[in-house]
Amino acid sequence: MTELAHPPAQKSGAFGKVVLRWVLYILLCLFALYYLMPLFVMVTTSLKSLEEIRTGSLVALPREVTFDAWKTAWSGACTGIQCEGLRPYFWNSVLLAVPAVAISTFIGALNGYVVAQWRFAGANIIFSLMLFGCFIPFQVVLLPMARLLGLMGIAGTIPGLIFVHVIYGIGFTTLFFRNYYVSIPSELTKAAKVDGAGFFRIFWSIFLPLSLPIIVVTVIWQFTQIWNDFLFGVSFSQAGTQPVTVALNNIVNSTTGVKEYNVDMAAAIIAAAPTLLVYIVAGKYFIRGLTAGSVKG
Amino acid sequence: MKRTAFAAVSALAFMASNVAVAEPQAEVLHWWTSGGEAKSVAVLQEEFAANGGTWTDMPVAGGGGDAAMTALRARVLSGNAPTAVQLKGPAIQEWYEEGVLADISSVAEANGWADVLPESIANHMKCEGTWCAAPVNVHRIDWIWANADVLEANGITMPTSWDEFNAAAEKLQAAGVIPLAHGGQAWQDATVFEAVALGILGPDGFKKAFVDLDPETLTSDGMVAVFDQMRKMRGYVDDNFSGRDWNLATAMVMNGEAAFQIMGDWAKGEFLAAGKKPGEDFLCQSTPGDGFLYNVDSFAMFNVDGDDKKAGQDLLAELIVGQNFQKVFNLNKGSIPARVDVALDEFDSCAHTSSEDMNASSANGSLLPSYAHGMALRGAQAGAITDVVTAHFNSDMSSADAVQMLADAVANSM
Amino acid sequence: MTKWLETHLPKMVLAPSFIAVLVFVYGFIAWTAWVSLTRSRLLPKYEIDGFIQYDRLFASPRWDTAMNNLFIFGALFIIIAMVMGLLLAILLDQKIRTEGVIRTIYLYPMALSMIVTGTAWKWILNPGLGIEATVKSWGFESFTFDWLVNPDFAIYTVVIAAVWQSSGFVMALFLAGLRSVDDEIIKAAQVDGIPTWRIYSAIIIPSMGPIFMSAFIVLAHLAIKSFDLVIALTGGGPGYATDLPATYMYAMAFSRGDIGQAASSAMIMMLVVFAIVVPYLYSELRAKND
Repeated sequence: MTELAHPPAQKSGAFGKVVLRWVLYILLCLFALYYLMPLFVMVTTSLKSLEEIRTGSLVALPREVTFDAWKTAWSGACTGIQCEGLRPYFWNSVLLAVPAVAISTFIGALNGYVVAQWRFAGANIIFSLMLFGCFIPFQVVLLPMARLLGLMGIAGTIPGLIFVHVIYGIGFTTLFFRNYYVSIPSELTKAAKVDGAGFFRIFWSIFLPLSLPIIVVTVIWQFTQIWNDFLFGVSFSQAGTQPVTVALNNIVNSTTGVKEYNVDMAAAIIAAAPTLLVYIVAGKYFIRGLTAGSVKG
Repeated sequence: MKRTAFAAVSALAFMASNVAVAEPQAEVLHWWTSGGEAKSVAVLQEEFAANGGTWTDMPVAGGGGDAAMTALRARVLSGNAPTAVQLKGPAIQEWYEEGVLADISSVAEANGWADVLPESIANHMKCEGTWCAAPVNVHRIDWIWANADVLEANGITMPTSWDEFNAAAEKLQAAGVIPLAHGGQAWQDATVFEAVALGILGPDGFKKAFVDLDPETLTSDGMVAVFDQMRKMRGYVDDNFSGRDWNLATAMVMNGEAAFQIMGDWAKGEFLAAGKKPGEDFLCQSTPGDGFLYNVDSFAMFNVDGDDKKAGQDLLAELIVGQNFQKVFNLNKGSIPARVDVALDEFDSCAHTSSEDMNASSANGSLLPSYAHGMALRGAQAGAITDVVTAHFNSDMSSADAVQMLADAVANSM
Repeated sequence: MTKWLETHLPKMVLAPSFIAVLVFVYGFIAWTAWVSLTRSRLLPKYEIDGFIQYDRLFASPRWDTAMNNLFIFGALFIIIAMVMGLLLAILLDQKIRTEGVIRTIYLYPMALSMIVTGTAWKWILNPGLGIEATVKSWGFESFTFDWLVNPDFAIYTVVIAAVWQSSGFVMALFLAGLRSVDDEIIKAAQVDGIPTWRIYSAIIIPSMGPIFMSAFIVLAHLAIKSFDLVIALTGGGPGYATDLPATYMYAMAFSRGDIGQAASSAMIMMLVVFAIVVPYLYSELRAKND
């Protein structure tokens, strides 16, 4: 509250500041309510019994708190003929997301480094073409991609899914790194070249060590995209390789079955837990990374 | 698991003839993932395993099979088709035309499917004279469900004509009860629409309109009357119906907020799950008018390599149409068996009505496929009709405009 | 030899990504263009049959609705998310003690998949269950908030949920921008007695041009790809009042077995993207080529 510690001479000004401060906090809290509302509904519903949901208001506090729905969602809900909840699918998502994020981030770093620091004729056009790729609706690529994955012999496998996510991640990761590296003076590269350092040497010992903030940003972005992806997950998987979003969908979206909203909500929160955790733990670095230049263009 | 002696013997005999060739394998793509449905498929898996097969489960729920069909296209294009797929209606023949379905005629003929399945249902399972799919169940669509107490309190009996229904609805509305519980999702709008259409156009008119897509019937006065009735139905629905899940509508009937719901017989599962008794707490009856609209779930076998997978397909097809599975599955699911020779002793009164009506309709030619549930038409045409139905229901479009739009949309979808 | 390698190495590093993008983005767009000229139904076919699919597309009232919705939804979503993101960033930039907590609250929706938050929103916006019912139960009987069930207003509820999901991310972008403005300039302005709102409107915000552009690109990309949101919140309804091109295309390709039609709608969508993105890229990269 440094702003309040102004000289006591301006008494009315200080009073105005206190009022402003209150207005500010009230505004922030109102917005926080807007953001928290759906989470509130999800959490309260997940703590109710199905009986209470059927009879009571959908958006009221639970009369009796029960964690049964959470247990069911994790290890007992039916996702097909197996009723083992989300647990078995979680590992698939980890196996898929971790390499896909790592590879696409690494490729993005290399590409961004080339586009930003080793400009050659046509580099900007190549970059624009890559960026445009971010905009292609994924529904468009499903069928031809399926055919190609089949030809490459990785249809229905986790490497196949990793491949797809890496390909469609290149645009954004390259954009992030390019915008970050563009703000690093090109004199640095020139000086290093004079000292006899090569292309990879400069990347490894100068650029990569500077990149932590933007790596955090890229990893958060890619992890969120890949972990939450459903369309690729459902199209390019087969029995045994389905990611957690497909299992979540199987729990939530049955058409003619009895709906268990408490389990649905608990399952949704569980499936989102890793991304939520990433945002909570790395959120601070996220802003820092963006501040460090990724968005300055 | 209990099994009848008959099923056990036939299964054993089948096993003996088969085991020497290869161990049956099946990867099964289906969209039955919730409690009751999943338990029903698990019955099949257990039987499959008991006969030496290995079942790999590939469930994809969502959109009444839309997500599963997305996955299926990707799998087929990548040359990695699942062994067996839950498919229904004309989609079976569409996939057959793409040349990707396997022939299961040998199993069908060995087990005499032609003798135990109603003819119109059997026709859905055939592609150019060969058997290409195995039916699991028969869901009836044209059901009207009611809260017994609410009807009694208001002195209303189950309606047998749409005029009676309208009179009852107005009486209920005056008494402050929502006459019709409905969820405003396109497929639910279409479900009500086809029940109304069957009642007003009659079985022949329904067949001409929604099976043959006869332009004259689509623009006839009868069709105008159907849309008029839909406009009335819109008035009987509460204001918050948009986007409501069907089961929440069922819950409204259960707790007396609303009196009626028009929905397929999976709604029975909701009533039973809440401990309600048919005939006492809730009533079931076919919607006003003649005929029977069916929605038959079935499995089609895709072309795959490997004797173990082919053995799996044959075994699966045999078990699906087997007496035991047909009974156990349908007890769980709320539907009735597709084969007509299954004993119905353990089924409830609604299922008995359904079965009797099916046999009667089958005999007089009024056993008809549901358009709203993808049994009557290919996806493009059914979708085009649903677009018009739901646009009319959710706006103040006149019936004459709707009929014109219907004819245009059907023509444009060809 | 090493000299040659040294000059060509950057290109060789970029080449695999470039080839991948050529094949998996532009190759697939070309494939889609081809299929859009055929009569493909359940699976793609390759016999060209003219522009029939485009005729069908433009004759479809549902497609008109979808395109209108894209413009209404896209414009409102991008503008509101930007304004809110900027406002929240400025508010949060006032040395708030609990910034970490509040920022996380604003940011978390981005982490959740819409498959289920859609259901929560559906309940909140439903007049009989959510906000309207709650406010009525407080005694304000005349309060109505029935956009979700009103075909003319339902698309705005999609905007509300979409803004909820993405505005926190935009706030993060702007907050980062505010933090990276040179402190010395702000201090100098404060010493000169310039009021805070003037410092923001005349000094800080104008210096964040590139951030507006980045935010625009991220939001435009989300608007065009919006799919899960509509499916989970309204399912395209009431009727098809909230259909978007992405949901239209999906319905045609995967639930109706009308792939030719889906391909033609995809091509129109790509044209829209092209019209929006290319001017941006042009201005952005020309400025960089100083």
